[in-house]
Amino acid sequence: MKLAYWPGCVSRGFTTELHGSMALVADRLGIELVELDRANCCGAGVIAEHNQELADTLNARTFALAQQTGLAMMNICSTCQGAQSECQQRLDADSAYRAHINEALSGQGLEYVKGKDGFTNKNFLWLLVEDYGLDKLAEKVVRPLSGLRVGPFYGCYVVRPKERLGYGEHPERDLYLEKVIETLGGEVVSYDGARKCCGFPVITMNRETSLRQAGTHVGDALDAGADCLVTPCPLCHLNLDMQQPEAAKIVNRELGLAVLHLPQLVGLALGAEPKQLGMGKHIASTDWVEERLARSRVPA
Amino acid sequence: MATYTLKVRRYQPESGEGPYWEEFDVELDPSLSVLDGLLQARDRDDGSLSVRCSCRAAICGSCGMKINGQSGLGCKTQIGEAHTQANRRPKESSAAPGRGLNGGSISDSSAVAGAEEAAPIVVEPMGNMPVIKDLITDMESTHWEKIRRVTPWLLPHGDPPEREYVVEPQSMIDITQSMACIQCGACVSSCLSMEADPEFVGPAALAKAYRFVGDPRDAETKERLHDLGEDPHGIYDCTHCFSCIDACPKGVAPMDQIMRLRRKASEEGIEDPNSGHAHEIAFVKIIEKKGTLDEAMLPQESFAPGIKGKLKPSKRGIGELFKALPTVFRAMRTGKARLKFVPGLHRKLPGGAQDEVKAIYRHAEKHREELNIYIQGDEDLEPEPDETEAEEIAAEEGTP
Repeated sequence: MKLAYWPGCVSRGFTTELHGSMALVADRLGIELVELDRANCCGAGVIAEHNQELADTLNARTFALAQQTGLAMMNICSTCQGAQSECQQRLDADSAYRAHINEALSGQGLEYVKGKDGFTNKNFLWLLVEDYGLDKLAEKVVRPLSGLRVGPFYGCYVVRPKERLGYGEHPERDLYLEKVIETLGGEVVSYDGARKCCGFPVITMNRETSLRQAGTHVGDALDAGADCLVTPCPLCHLNLDMQQPEAAKIVNRELGLAVLHLPQLVGLALGAEPKQLGMGKHIASTDWVEERLARSRVPA
Repeated sequence: MATYTLKVRRYQPESGEGPYWEEFDVELDPSLSVLDGLLQARDRDDGSLSVRCSCRAAICGSCGMKINGQSGLGCKTQIGEAHTQANRRPKESSAAPGRGLNGGSISDSSAVAGAEEAAPIVVEPMGNMPVIKDLITDMESTHWEKIRRVTPWLLPHGDPPEREYVVEPQSMIDITQSMACIQCGACVSSCLSMEADPEFVGPAALAKAYRFVGDPRDAETKERLHDLGEDPHGIYDCTHCFSCIDACPKGVAPMDQIMRLRRKASEEGIEDPNSGHAHEIAFVKIIEKKGTLDEAMLPQESFAPGIKGKLKPSKRGIGELFKALPTVFRAMRTGKARLKFVPGLHRKLPGGAQDEVKAIYRHAEKHREELNIYIQGDEDLEPEPDETEAEEIAAEEGTP
């Protein structure tokens, strides 16, 4: 499997462990990634709230770069997925608008063509379940995550709005994290916040609201008995992990729950060491995850 | 005909007891609605089961409720579909502690399907509002108060014209989407910002505000934008969670209307106390300069804008930057992002790609075209299966 790969800004910024673990996991899964190193930021919804045409053109450029490779495109960020899908929906909806946007790209020898070679842009989670296949993933598991109780945290941008995000064709996209956790041998923890908002988009504008959201979800997962959370979104990771000590102050309780990036969780089951997966870089300690896994491996 | 179980969150204030769950078995055609099921339960099992409803045709907006955790209208949700939704959740680990009624949140949206027994359809009153009785919420204290907050009527200047107002039909098209609102409150019920900040003006009221901001007859557009931009719980308090878009039974997409308000406020250059406008401008300018996000630059430029000219920090900005310091130190300690906290070190895109991004900026800032796919768009987004098939056959046969 060979893919045009858009890692996004945050995976090369404040969550380099995501970028690194994705490379490692892709290698072990036999997925070849062709990085789109000339592509630009998706705008994270912020550029679209400034100038919709600007956001649409920037993402049309990224799609056009991916289409040049002739490969399907993969991202590793719920926010990239949501922001790019939003622009793609508009680009695909109207031929005159698409032509207008492509006008801005023509000077660069680029063009976004609707549906070219069955073009798709999927995040790693969707791709893993729909294209790679959970059966094949199960075959690659060398160290099942037995006894590890994992709370899924999706990130709004891959859950809503359903119509835009292809739920008509793939109605179970908001259950994939649970499926992956089970495939890797872990236990799914059900809690209130799995499909709610981490609060990150308003961290600058309304810090308290933002951190209350993050702190509440982490607290709920702890109360439900989670050993860790897993998320396909690095922006959620910033609020749930990097800001966790600050969120704890706002919700006025002790937290301390490891938050793993999706490729890290997959990597653990594929036999990679926590250090190789950059888990030491997290703010909320991941020691308990390692201890839990070590314990369950001791023969009874 | 099929049998369905409705698990209803009940609350009878006169009993002096707290809320509780009660299950009702109903028998009806899968194409009928959850509201039909509730009315049958009221008819056959318990006349005290309280629900507000009137038209049963998604027009009056009375029967807002949560079905399997999803806010919407009881009369627009087919009971067969709701049953399917309730039973598609994967099996929960058996050791997970249950969430009781006394633990604050009693949301049971993640009702679990056992392997043997079908899960019930979970019906709750709307969220973010006080419950009066069973499924009836107090719309007045939250929804209507917030609607009134945005001055939901036209404010034209000068004497009214002798006959009717004359406007270009084209200029009214953009607000048809927000005009479709039936005031059911489903978006308010689903709002995740309001869940964390009850003072947030909220999706229904802000969508209504855009209905007047976008109306060419209204003369107080700027005042409205200042009012909603400068309110710390106004347009910059929305957290982009898209919940209201999925909750709305009429396709109003309130969040899209909030983004339209932000674009209008931005064009007016309105400075808000939340640094929402500064954050937006900082983000846009960083991508123009670097192509990808310089994360250290973003908070600095949001709170102390200085890309053009000298640093201009506000008092709140300095405070916010200080609040961010512990997070910075923690991240440096784990090696998460040592040098990345130095603003400006971030590299721009390689090999002339940055110039391509800049060219896009020049083109887009000149046009600022907006496509509202509620009203525009000449192509089917999801082709009917037959259509795809027909196209494939045509392609195979080589027909033009």
